[in-house]
Amino acid sequence: MTQFLFYFLSFVAVAAGLMVITAKNPVHSVLYLIIAFFAIAGHYILLNAQFLAIVHIIVYAGAIMVLFLSVIMLLNLNKDNEPAKSNVLKLAAAVAAGLLLVTFTGTLKGTESIIAAQPYDDQIGYVKALGKVLFNDFLLPFEVSALLLLSAIIGAVVLVKHDLK
Amino acid sequence: MQSLTNRKKVVGKKEMTWVEKLYLPAIFGGMRITLKHMFSKKTTISYPEQKREFSQIYRGMHVLKRDEKGAERCTACGLCAVACPAEAITMVAAERKKGEENLYREEKYAAVYEINMLRCIFCGDCEDACPKESIFLTDRIVPSDFERNEFVYGKDKLVETLENPIDISKRQTAEVLEFKKNKKLTHNR
Amino acid sequence: MFTPDLIFKVVLILSIFVITLVIAMYSTYGERKIAAFMQDRLGPNRAGIFGILQPLADGVKMFMKEELIPDISNKVLFILGPCLAMTTALMTSVIIPWGSTINIFGSDFSLQVTDLNIGVLYVFAVTSIGVYGIMIGGWASNNKYSLLGALRASSQMISYEIAMGLAIIALIMSTGTLSLKEISAAQSGFHWNIFVQPLGFLIFIICSFAETNRAPFDLPECETELIGGYHTEYSSMKLGFYLFAEYINMFIASAVISTLYFGGYNFPFMNDMGLSSNAITILGVVFLFAKIFFFIFFFMWIRWTIPRFRYDQLMRLGWTVLIPLAIFNILLTGAIIFATNN
Repeated sequence: MTQFLFYFLSFVAVAAGLMVITAKNPVHSVLYLIIAFFAIAGHYILLNAQFLAIVHIIVYAGAIMVLFLSVIMLLNLNKDNEPAKSNVLKLAAAVAAGLLLVTFTGTLKGTESIIAAQPYDDQIGYVKALGKVLFNDFLLPFEVSALLLLSAIIGAVVLVKHDLK
Repeated sequence: MQSLTNRKKVVGKKEMTWVEKLYLPAIFGGMRITLKHMFSKKTTISYPEQKREFSQIYRGMHVLKRDEKGAERCTACGLCAVACPAEAITMVAAERKKGEENLYREEKYAAVYEINMLRCIFCGDCEDACPKESIFLTDRIVPSDFERNEFVYGKDKLVETLENPIDISKRQTAEVLEFKKNKKLTHNR
Repeated sequence: MFTPDLIFKVVLILSIFVITLVIAMYSTYGERKIAAFMQDRLGPNRAGIFGILQPLADGVKMFMKEELIPDISNKVLFILGPCLAMTTALMTSVIIPWGSTINIFGSDFSLQVTDLNIGVLYVFAVTSIGVYGIMIGGWASNNKYSLLGALRASSQMISYEIAMGLAIIALIMSTGTLSLKEISAAQSGFHWNIFVQPLGFLIFIICSFAETNRAPFDLPECETELIGGYHTEYSSMKLGFYLFAEYINMFIASAVISTLYFGGYNFPFMNDMGLSSNAITILGVVFLFAKIFFFIFFFMWIRWTIPRFRYDQLMRLGWTVLIPLAIFNILLTGAIIFATNN
């Protein structure tokens, strides 16, 4: 069952990912990207990382993609015939993406030793386990990123408040 | 300019207090009002079962009356048509034949009598003008229809039937009859 | 394969599904009746006694109406829009604890379809993807007004999600768990969260008005400016789906508010009356539904009391009032927890 779900979700994620770059209409691309995100969230759940899955959906599918979609709708980019980009740009994009792929592969190769050192724990993705790790081992980076986000929110509020001088 | 009444009120953009800026007291006040209205008496009248009482002098659809023997009172004098401010009434006069005495009261009668209900303003001048006590406005409502020409009412719709005479006693009070007898008034002549 | 547990779950899911639809159906009737009463009218009273068959008549009308799909619209997405709106509206009911456990033939069954350990966040995720039904439908209609309605819906929902999330964070801080089951159980008797988090409740309920697109925040479909908003081009049952989804959302939002802040299935003196546990559970379900109905009524009450906000007012309220207030609420909660723990 789990294996079947894994293959199904992987197929959906890869197919949707391919459609993102092949679809002519930018709005369709965004919608395929959302499907891909849901498939990835499904993978997280298969790994028992429920918190990660739900945050992935809230942040990426629920907020960032909505923003993408509304920007694309506002800019009226829904034309089917986007002018083709120059070959230099295409090459640069391919090189950048390839480098990212190399980085990912390299990182994943390194994880094999971690898996061997720490055997599988079915509570690992739960909020409690995650919270303990975040607040014990990674307290400083966690708080710094929290401050960053808080300052972003406050910045937005200040931008809205014109009379705050 | 000096105001003649004391109703003048100076309105200005007054700075709101902190409590007013919260808006919550105002919202709760509004909610209290709507809740009060939920339990107040409803003004709706459920029409077919329950009818609004008409005024004593309501002016609705016209009727052409018959006399006590059942003959039509109208003599096609045309005074109603002349009196009508909306030009809604037309008629064609005809002479009564022998043997029609039980149908028409006088020698002349209206062969065609039409009121255009879309033009009619229901002022009741035709009723005042009528010297024969023939046309009256009743408390019946002109029903709606889909076609414009359906609103031109002929004698088939206006003349009361023998079986089912229309009560106009509310319109024909003693005062009205007294008024109509006074031939010194121009429109009763 | 067919364990009693599985059978019970299937029955529970089906009955929740049916109850949700029936309540949404009768919310339309309630909405019209309440609107009428507040305006000194009688409301629908022709179909059946007191008009209780009105929702059926409306449903039949919706089905019989002509189905129009604009020629220049994106047909797949045009059909996908209302389906998504309906699906996301129905999804939340999975994790709401409709009651504690019920004992049938000696074994305990939980009146909750599934207890995720990330319960509250699931509610939050489903509301955040709920906007796609509106956006896709509004964009696929290929109509200026629909597009404007969709854009308004998306920016409104994103803005109010932040304040809503911050209000929930304060609640989680005081309850110490994300699971709705544990949150409900912790409020047993009269220890409701509303007494712990009054400010958080105020923020949460204002945000849920905005998230369900109800008046006074019904900007995405405001008739006076945008004809019909995102569902301008929709007709027949697709329009019905959108309207229905709004009422389901309202029902679910009422259920979430009742569960998070008003004790869920708990009621005062529940453990002092000497009732059997099954009786308490059934009474609890009754109380939960009473709370839900009160909040549905509250939603309608507000709708027929307060005029619609202007769009800039809506954004200003969300960003400059609710978000700072929610952050203040978090700080306050943290300070109180810190003070009481020491």
